[in-house]
Amino acid sequence: MAVNRVLIFIALFFTVTSVMATPKIQQWETANGANVLYVHAPELPMVDIRVVFDAGSARDGDLPGLAMLTNSMLTEGAGQWDADQIAERIESVGANLSVNSLRDMGMISLRTLTESKALEKSVETMAVVLAEPVFRQEALDRNLQAMKISLRSDLQSPSTIANKAFFRAMYDDHPYAHPSSGTEESLERFTRKLLRDFHEQYYVAANAVIAIVGAVDRQHAEKLAAQVVDRLPRGEHAAPLPEVDLQKSLLRKQINFPSQQAHLLIGMPVLSRGDPDYFPLYVGNHVLGGSGLVSMISQEIREKRGLAYSAYSYFSPMRGQGPFIIGLQTKNSQVEEAEKVVLETLADYINNGPSAEELEKSRQNITGGFPLRVASNSKIVEYLAMIGFYKLPLDYLETFVSRVNAVTVEDIKDAFKRRVQTDRLSTVVVGQVAEK
Amino acid sequence: MMMKKLLASVLFCVCASAFAADELERKVHEYQLDNGMKVIIKPDRRAPIAVSQVWYKVGSSYEHNGITGVSHVLEHMMFKGTKTYGPNEFSEIIAANGGSDNAFTGRDYTAYFQTLSSDRIEVSFELEADRMHDLLLDEEEFRKEVEVVKEERRLRTEDKPTALTFERFRAAAFPSSPYRQPVIGWMSDLDNMELGDLSAWYKKWYSPANATLVVVGDVDPDETFELAKKHFGKVPASDFNTRLKPITEPDMQNKLRLTVKLPAKQPYLIMGYKTPVIGSSDEKWEPYALEVLAGVLDGGSSARLSRELLRGSEIAVVANASYGAYSRLPDMFLMDGTPTDNYSIGDLEASFKEQIERLKNEPVSQAELEKVINQVVASRVYELDSVFYQAMQIGLLETIGLDWQLLDEHVDQLRAVTPEMIQKVARKYLHDDNLYIAELDPLPIEKNAKFKRALSTRGKNHGS
Repeated sequence: MAVNRVLIFIALFFTVTSVMATPKIQQWETANGANVLYVHAPELPMVDIRVVFDAGSARDGDLPGLAMLTNSMLTEGAGQWDADQIAERIESVGANLSVNSLRDMGMISLRTLTESKALEKSVETMAVVLAEPVFRQEALDRNLQAMKISLRSDLQSPSTIANKAFFRAMYDDHPYAHPSSGTEESLERFTRKLLRDFHEQYYVAANAVIAIVGAVDRQHAEKLAAQVVDRLPRGEHAAPLPEVDLQKSLLRKQINFPSQQAHLLIGMPVLSRGDPDYFPLYVGNHVLGGSGLVSMISQEIREKRGLAYSAYSYFSPMRGQGPFIIGLQTKNSQVEEAEKVVLETLADYINNGPSAEELEKSRQNITGGFPLRVASNSKIVEYLAMIGFYKLPLDYLETFVSRVNAVTVEDIKDAFKRRVQTDRLSTVVVGQVAEK
Repeated sequence: MMMKKLLASVLFCVCASAFAADELERKVHEYQLDNGMKVIIKPDRRAPIAVSQVWYKVGSSYEHNGITGVSHVLEHMMFKGTKTYGPNEFSEIIAANGGSDNAFTGRDYTAYFQTLSSDRIEVSFELEADRMHDLLLDEEEFRKEVEVVKEERRLRTEDKPTALTFERFRAAAFPSSPYRQPVIGWMSDLDNMELGDLSAWYKKWYSPANATLVVVGDVDPDETFELAKKHFGKVPASDFNTRLKPITEPDMQNKLRLTVKLPAKQPYLIMGYKTPVIGSSDEKWEPYALEVLAGVLDGGSSARLSRELLRGSEIAVVANASYGAYSRLPDMFLMDGTPTDNYSIGDLEASFKEQIERLKNEPVSQAELEKVINQVVASRVYELDSVFYQAMQIGLLETIGLDWQLLDEHVDQLRAVTPEMIQKVARKYLHDDNLYIAELDPLPIEKNAKFKRALSTRGKNHGS
């Protein structure tokens, strides 16, 4: 058996050595309506499977933390198995299974060897965990306690305090406003029934995207995808999120905290995935604050003035309007100066845009660096989940470089002017400042 | 001079034979330039990219009191221009070539890396070779950059109670070893750092004979070596003979307990036992036994700490055990964690110790051993998903004075660990006379209090 395999693989060897720069994405639906995106990556004997549900904290309703708690309880007991047995099944074959919950997404990710025992055992576990979590009371109590302690730890972190206040300020009563990790008040209200109901509504095939990357052929991938979700009912896709009302944003919040540094965040809700302004804003921000030390904000704050270790800006496109964020941390006495400098840099950029040379450099960086973005299975599975979840075109990766190259200075100026409204920016400062 | 070494395939899963063919292509090629610089190239043809890393044998453990943090500040200054290129031009050129670049400093190393489309790798060689010998250390740039580093220290350490506790813990646990010093340096040393400290450091350590180039990616080894020779070969050889004086920790036969009082919300416990590393152990197998032991305790959610302390007794909300076999000097086997609300730091300490006692008294089951091995074997495959990580491993081993080929025997060495060996290392190293403890005792976080960082640390030595 082993000998045969060696021969087969040596024969194949000469045909699979060259890898296309852009992974070829295949797509289909499972019988019960889950959307599958798949890339064949035969080089390493492993496979990544990620299932993403529209079940992030935007679906919490009036119970912050519900989505995250439901998500983290998946591996705490399912079908016949308790948490110990689930962990044992996965780890005894060297696989990794992890759950994660964001504002948009509730997800579960598996990485396993393709060796049959490992693959079968871990995929079966994943399928049961997704469809048949039991939400045991004692596991719920333990998870609630862990969340409560984590909330308390957040209170010793100025960056976390700033981040929570920032989303609250930008989004007011929109579902993106509250922290995914819950609130002290909400943690008192959870019951098993709430979790079961949430799971029943959102962890359904029609609300799922499956991303598969690895050394499994199409036929095998189809089987795996079916297996992962075949215990789930079809159900329905989650409803659209409400629009963000920019008029409700709080413009300034200062929180006193006895840290050595003040944390500054400035931004506003701007961009949904699939928005036609995406490429001008993305490329434009690359120049402004998205390209590390080379970017304008880092140049002004860090390189010219030595004010901060990290100073950046980025757009975080989401299902609804995700935020544009500028951030930095500096010692308390310098925060006013730093705020002034970033605001001037931003205002100047909105008025004048990048120079032709700056744009060209950024385009070169993005397009020349494209192979780096898809150079590993873990990066590709991330893209597949994103493309599937946000219903981006399947040729998103293939056309990425040409879309970036098409962006002009005028496109950037126009998009920034229309979309980044300096009079609607929310600013949060946490540090040794006066509360307001 | 040139040597080629064939990477032996160490594969055990059923799929091993399939993988082996591919593995043959990933053999590591080793070369040396006339100026003493080592070049290690590992082809990985999966994607048309390559990572280039230059590793220097210097880091915070090479520093002495008064100049702590100098390796790291110098790492920052390496981006601030040479006689040929202006400040930050390095990163600008890499960016314009579609690459990303950065650097990192540790206790035992300073490393610089670029990830690029593999046909651009020469750009990185040219720039790295240039700053290896032609760095311009400018006073004004230095003044700004050392402020950036202080902000980095505030961000990473000063405003993070657990990080600060950990820093204090190391400083107390190692009376002599330079592993007592934080990589980023003490704030007062950063305050008093001078440009002359940096130029002396640069002159002393940034010699080709003290550097290793590691390239992993879609490259032809011999062609890539020629490119490396073209650029790094130009760096003049220096009479590099800087030998570090050996440092031995006093045999304390003590336990030490430190209470760190800080404004914080959650208590936090660290326990460390001094342990050997590969190269310093009495028996060659000891570090491997310690690694398996750490896996038994904390190799995932099914391991003992998660199963028994997070779940089970629910004493802890965080509980970790860790051990690193690869470092230049002996370090510690560490356990750290936070108790749940109904338990105290003392309770957590007692359950950590109970776990250790059980390892001494009761042989680890075959199933647990096998699980640890399966996880390591699988993770050796998963690691191949990242060219960066592959280069990291080679660079790290070379730089701490070990042969990268140790990586190939790693799994075999772990497989050879028996339940008795685990009991032996537990008894030999994980005992109370070799135990260092720090606990974070939270003070209230007071708003509007311009408190000085009232760090009252009480150190106590308990004689044995």
